[in-house]
Amino acid sequence: MAPFGGKTAPHDEDLIKKLDAIALSLRSDSLIMTTKACSGHIGGSLSAADIVAALYFHHLRHDPKNPDWEDRGRFILSKGHACPVIYAALAKAGYFSREELWALRKIGSILQGHPDMRRTPGIETSTGTLGQGLSIGEGMALAARLDGKSYRVYVLLGDGELDEGQVWEAAMSASHYRIDNLTAIVDLNSHQLSGCTDKIMSLRPVADKWRAFGWHVIEIDGHQMKQILDSLDEAERIKDKPTVIIAHTNKGKGVSFIEKSFAEGHSEYHGIPLTESELAQALEELHE
Amino acid sequence: MSERLEATRNAYGEALVELGRTNKNVVVLDADLSPSTKTSKFAEEFPERFFDVGVAEANLISMAAGFASAGKTAFASTFSVFGTEKGLNQFKQSAAYPKLNVKLVVTHGGISVGEDGVSHFCIEDIAVMRSLPNVTVVVPADAVETRVATKAIAEYEGPVFMRLSRPKTPLIYEEGYRYAGTDLTFHLGKSVTLKEGEDVTIVATGLMVVEALVAASDLAKEGIDAGVINVHTIKPLDQEAILRAARKSGAIVTAEEHNILGGLGGAVAEVLVENTPVPMARVGIRNSFGESGPWKELFAKYGLTSSDILKKVKEVMKRRG
Repeated sequence: MAPFGGKTAPHDEDLIKKLDAIALSLRSDSLIMTTKACSGHIGGSLSAADIVAALYFHHLRHDPKNPDWEDRGRFILSKGHACPVIYAALAKAGYFSREELWALRKIGSILQGHPDMRRTPGIETSTGTLGQGLSIGEGMALAARLDGKSYRVYVLLGDGELDEGQVWEAAMSASHYRIDNLTAIVDLNSHQLSGCTDKIMSLRPVADKWRAFGWHVIEIDGHQMKQILDSLDEAERIKDKPTVIIAHTNKGKGVSFIEKSFAEGHSEYHGIPLTESELAQALEELHE
Repeated sequence: MSERLEATRNAYGEALVELGRTNKNVVVLDADLSPSTKTSKFAEEFPERFFDVGVAEANLISMAAGFASAGKTAFASTFSVFGTEKGLNQFKQSAAYPKLNVKLVVTHGGISVGEDGVSHFCIEDIAVMRSLPNVTVVVPADAVETRVATKAIAEYEGPVFMRLSRPKTPLIYEEGYRYAGTDLTFHLGKSVTLKEGEDVTIVATGLMVVEALVAASDLAKEGIDAGVINVHTIKPLDQEAILRAARKSGAIVTAEEHNILGGLGGAVAEVLVENTPVPMARVGIRNSFGESGPWKELFAKYGLTSSDILKKVKEVMKRRG
């Protein structure tokens, strides 16, 4: 049995409370590390924090003492920009010490500006140039099938990332090859670098697009832990086709002034970290 | 040189089948071109290990990287122009940077594609690929060399770009990788000196090795002793052999079916200038995309024949004095 994950329902109150608390700590650490680094993407890290907590601390089968464990579940952060929240999760799970987080983006750090599988224990794939993760996940999922392995592959995509044509190449081939050990999760926070997705490049109707490509679609509130956990379980039960979980989220979730800024259509917190005083205010709010 | 003709892509297709029989870890991906890249032979014998992704080169290369991440030796094939240019960022980010075991083996390199014309030519692939860290760049000279090269790149751990050609071309080597009666061993990163020369050395790659040999033989009739080096691995480049030839013969002519910029000529010039500057000239395609036509006529029109090499040899020898 792995130290982490591989777990399914029941999802009781205590579990939900525990995972919510972990998500909160991932949010704070994401904000602290990016402020210390004077750069990094916070909006998309905060929107994905609940999904990441559900995966790394309950659902995903993995072992921080043995990052290369053959039967581990594979998690690919296709929206590589949100790596602060993954780094926070990896530190909390024990892949490396929390102190490492404060060296994010600094010369010689194991934590690069975007995920690097050769430098960071627990990082499965080098990403950061959008659109490639789903294809990579398919290769891994098909390799598992060839090798008779039971591990599953999870790919977290951004909604802005869905503009990339390669995502749809991969969407087409995943259903062609009936890859059912692959779960895609779209962090649908409705914003991309330069504005709202509705304004920059509309994705509507996003669920229908995935259905048309042959995927089983589950739509959830990406901040409701029970919905996240239930959807991950449901995806495992679907056979003969891939599943996408479309998680409706808020960019900047958990910090009111960041959420408000995005809700008003601004993009200032997409790729710019908080100032020291903003950070103090945000941490206070998160831990109220 | 043999009278027998065979396309390097054909040898690749057969070598892949051999590989598939001995190495169960090999998977092959293609982007709807398997009858042309000859991965169709592997697909026929090992359908469970063959994946056609359709006309989707970005997906092709990233999927190969996914297979490689899970421990497979992943061959991905398409035409050079598509593999190099539609999947470049994917190859760089998901294969080269993390040093994954992805073998991007492209066919239809250069302009010997012929009648299909410019949209299907690739005369910048060597320049682009050799500028990527971690990537080994291989261009075999004939079908025999392609067989041993395919085996060698499968055994090598890491990302490789191998460029093959469409047309049937003469065999330089005898079956089993022999030359002039001698058994050879294929080493990635080592060139093959086919002929030593006192007066000048022709450094060639791919289909231009045949032209180099013809040029050397024509030059011999005029009393000029030209050496010929086949550079089957452009990166890492066999600097030692090139510098030895430069010191011995005092003049170098490079020959490649590629843009004159950044390919073999560029690589050789970099080495010479920093170590042993000697008069040098490059044979290649000059500032042109080319056009449709039978490939041999294209070689003549765009300066890729033995007589083009011969002219450059005389030019460098004059410069050397």
